[in-house]
Amino acid sequence: MNSLWELYVSFFKIGAVTFGGGYAMLPIIQKEIIEKKGWVSNEDVVDYYAVGQCLPGVIAVNTALFIGNKIKGKQGGIAAALGVATPSILIITVIAAFIQNFLEYPMVQYAFYGIRVVVCALITQALLKLWKTAIKDIFGITVYLAVLVLALFVKVPTVLLVILALAAGLVAHSLQGKKEGANQ
Amino acid sequence: MIYLLLFLEFFKIGLFAIGGGLAALPFLYELAPKYDWFTEADITNMIAISESTPGPIAVNTATYVGYHTAGFWGGIIATLGNIMPAIIIVLMVAKYLEKFKNNSLVQAGFYGIRPAVAALITVALFAVVKVSILHGDVFAATGNWRSLVDWRATALFAVSLALILKGKKHPVLYIAAGALAGILIAPR
Repeated sequence: MNSLWELYVSFFKIGAVTFGGGYAMLPIIQKEIIEKKGWVSNEDVVDYYAVGQCLPGVIAVNTALFIGNKIKGKQGGIAAALGVATPSILIITVIAAFIQNFLEYPMVQYAFYGIRVVVCALITQALLKLWKTAIKDIFGITVYLAVLVLALFVKVPTVLLVILALAAGLVAHSLQGKKEGANQ
Repeated sequence: MIYLLLFLEFFKIGLFAIGGGLAALPFLYELAPKYDWFTEADITNMIAISESTPGPIAVNTATYVGYHTAGFWGGIIATLGNIMPAIIIVLMVAKYLEKFKNNSLVQAGFYGIRPAVAALITVALFAVVKVSILHGDVFAATGNWRSLVDWRATALFAVSLALILKGKKHPVLYIAAGALAGILIAPR
């Protein structure tokens, strides 16, 4: 049963444990939404990340909107988006209201020292899982390396990178079409 | 009135900040002198708190600014204003995406985009590694290679990656274990 409530709760859980932005959400989406619920595929999520990246709004909320919409239409999208945002609202409100200098408590700093490292390991694992879906041939490796270099060293804006990759995909597709046409 | 202003200002940020939470920063710096809601120094604190608590940074920042400006409802209204443009636009795009997903040109576009997303996630990974396993800032200041790697964090990374690849438990468990490990081994 895919009720709106179930969507809200799933995305509430995802929002509650996503440390450090939308990409850190990936391991938890893989566990909750792909493996446990089977609502969408790995491939769907990659596509949503890509398109969400080029639209207004943050990746986490945009991905929630896409997945919720796929499962239960517009209402599903809104339920998922509110679910992913609710933990932020609760936690930040409590911190803003009651805790002065939250980050200066040594215990908090020590805990985050460990959490950050585990987040690295979780993203590494998510990336390994995603690799098979995303990169299937020489073309894929070429695009991967090109985007990596452009993002790290040239600091090309992300939206532009996604658009360039899209263009590369279209060019590769039309070249392949020509080749097949010539072979026939 | 303050609620309406908060809603509109954060709606604007949500509409124009494309590509993740930090894209909202220039807009926040613009807001600081415009209203007396917060100072530019406050923004740094907000980022630090937003980055180290769960949830998307943009949403966290909206809640934090809204709360400081107009209390509990201020936080909620700023957050709703912030995600409203995405709700409208993404749901519109989603309709067409599902419809044209099997079109061969759309498929060709995604064939190019998917490896790019893998690369962007790699970049995000590097960014987290830089602040959690490496001492990028210390190295930049001293130029001493031996100060670059945090060996305790590297060991914790190796152990947790091995456990994650083998164990396949829920990520929350690993995050909780990471907090505990941090309390035990973080350098004092």
